Amino acid sequence: MKYIDEYRDASLARPLIAEIAKRVTRHWVLMEICGGQTHTLMRYGIDEVLPAQVELVHGPGCPVCVTPLEVIDKALAIASMPNVTLVSYGDMLRVPGSHSDLFHVKANGGDVRVAYSPMEALRIARANPTRQVVFLGIGFETTAPANAMAVWQAAREGLKNFSMLVSQVLVPPALRMLLESPQHRVQGFIAPGHVCTVMGLQEYVDLSRDFHVPVVVGGFEPVDLLEAISMLVAQLEEGRAEVENQYARSVAREGNRPAQQIMAKVFEVCDRKWRGIGVIPRSGLKLREEFSAFDAEKVFDVAAQDTDEPAECISALVLQGLKKPPDCPAFGERCTPENPLGAPMVSSEGACAAYYQYRRHH
Amino acid sequence: MKSAKPENTEGLTSNLGPRTSDPASIARDPARQTSNSSLEQLACPVPLPARDKVLLGHGSGGRLSAELLQKVFLPAFQNPTLNSLNDQALISVDGVRLAFTTDSFVVKPLFFPGGDIGSLAVNGTINDLAMGGAEPMFLSAAFILEEGLPLETLARVAESLSRAAQEAGVVVVTGDTKVVERGKGDGLFINTSGIGRVLPGINLSADQARPGDRIILSGSIGDHGITILSQREGLEFESAIMSDCAALHTLVAAMLEASPAIRCMRDPTRGGLSSALNEIAAQSRVGMELEEATIPIQEAVRGACELLGLDPLYVANEGKLVAIVDPAHAEGILAAMHSHPLGKQARIIGRVTQANAGLVTMRTSLGTTRIVDMLSGDQLPRIC
Repeated sequence: MKYIDEYRDASLARPLIAEIAKRVTRHWVLMEICGGQTHTLMRYGIDEVLPAQVELVHGPGCPVCVTPLEVIDKALAIASMPNVTLVSYGDMLRVPGSHSDLFHVKANGGDVRVAYSPMEALRIARANPTRQVVFLGIGFETTAPANAMAVWQAAREGLKNFSMLVSQVLVPPALRMLLESPQHRVQGFIAPGHVCTVMGLQEYVDLSRDFHVPVVVGGFEPVDLLEAISMLVAQLEEGRAEVENQYARSVAREGNRPAQQIMAKVFEVCDRKWRGIGVIPRSGLKLREEFSAFDAEKVFDVAAQDTDEPAECISALVLQGLKKPPDCPAFGERCTPENPLGAPMVSSEGACAAYYQYRRHH
Repeated sequence: MKSAKPENTEGLTSNLGPRTSDPASIARDPARQTSNSSLEQLACPVPLPARDKVLLGHGSGGRLSAELLQKVFLPAFQNPTLNSLNDQALISVDGVRLAFTTDSFVVKPLFFPGGDIGSLAVNGTINDLAMGGAEPMFLSAAFILEEGLPLETLARVAESLSRAAQEAGVVVVTGDTKVVERGKGDGLFINTSGIGRVLPGINLSADQARPGDRIILSGSIGDHGITILSQREGLEFESAIMSDCAALHTLVAAMLEASPAIRCMRDPTRGGLSSALNEIAAQSRVGMELEEATIPIQEAVRGACELLGLDPLYVANEGKLVAIVDPAHAEGILAAMHSHPLGKQARIIGRVTQANAGLVTMRTSLGTTRIVDMLSGDQLPRIC
């Protein structure tokens, strides 16, 4: 399969591993930001083939993991209402809210459906004019354009029974917060290739300059990640701090302009709470006032429950790269995908789930 | 229709519920049961709700299914035959060894490329018998029909079921029909049960895998599951993939003729290859190491899985088998498979190990090893 096979090819991976080993002279801490990248690293055991001096820590880029508890609770409340169809991306269904999850709401008679695209929710809304159809619009800059497009399209069609529960988050503000923390250990970032496909490189150029930290935009296959790590190690060893683009087959410098335009048309920047981390200023997107008729929080009377989330689960530290999942005493014992203590154990992109799924044999 | 039933069955088939017996895989929740302080410190910020209702995931063939089996069905029906948790019950009536099994079919859509619910209902039950080394003989067929189902649809299904039975050389000797109100069913559900004869000297069971054994897979994985997915509403992709729906008993017969040194076999249906192997690893208390590069997957299936964020190891098959065999006889069995139309692509995909008992691991293309875990419930499509 083109664009897949060559990036999983061991004969291309081995020279990259050798190159990294040759270059590295001291300990470096690198962070991959996206949960999809974490998943690949664990699945292929890439951290095992790297020299010991290259330490990988895992970033906050799992959309399911960082969606705050109160948003999940609101989604559960809305989905439990009569005459409502809640449409969601698949891996949100198992994420526990304060008292339940969407699977249980469904088992109790709620109409909860999985979609690959918010356009599917629009289709359901058109076909069922007497039902309120709500899309759970979560994710990073990757899901934002399609979610924005769905709202824009609904407005254009004058759909009266479609709304979106929005909890969009943005990557760069989270990285800034992380780098501003005195505890942070990260010396170089593998930036999320799909986010950059949408947004382009400029935000990362600013970040790299402001914090003098090297950034390589990376893809999601093993060879992509090895190449990105090799480029990062080279920058660090040479004392450079630049933005380089390993994922050039997908990422253009300016990003995807039409996608950015639809996002800007429909959404505006706001403060957002990240599960396990807390409120990060200007780190999210919300619907602009002119689209408030499509804002599920306004359509439905679901008060913003300020749900108290005890900080005992170490997911906050995991999501900031300060701890690794096996450092948690509950990992794999009291916290498993069947009985998750925190969201990173639920989503397949969550760091804890990735370690649990691929690494219990060590 | 009424039929004679075996007079002295020793037990029920294990197909009553999900098929696994790994006690370690049963969900635990000590945090809720214990109150010592170290656990309180870890007090769950996001407690999983108590499972007081059946969830869709309970039917996935993964850990939730196992939980249902362990908590509800096994305690209710406890007996040695059922407890062996094979795809079929091996029973003996007046010295005649029989295999007995049952399976329900709720596939949607009813008709799909490569098959339909009728042929699936025959082949699925035949395969459960064949995995016990049995020669399938008689089937029952019970239909649950939803009010309003077009009779033409029912006739097509019945015809297909009859043709599949005929081709496989089994006879449908009893059946039943029930009709439920519109909205209380999904068009048409079918349950089939099957009885077959187990030849002397054949003794296949999931607890017999031994370190050193080879793992043989009969062909490409994921074809059925991806075919069904591609037909569902809302997934707008067309593909040339066809379900692999097929009766495997003649392939099994050819394998057993080549060598009886087969420890056990499974047809990796729901839950896919991963669940089938995890079940055997757990029941035999052995590890399994697979070679990623040896597992055949069709390009179209790989592509669809990449697009949909699914792992083909967990996608259902309806015409494939995985066999654990004595290493000394592996090549002979493989050769026999290659000369059968359903085993042309058969390959040795790994071996049974002493290490990592109860776990299935995989050597990746990079030479590293990872776990091939049993899923909790259904595979959930990832966001991005």
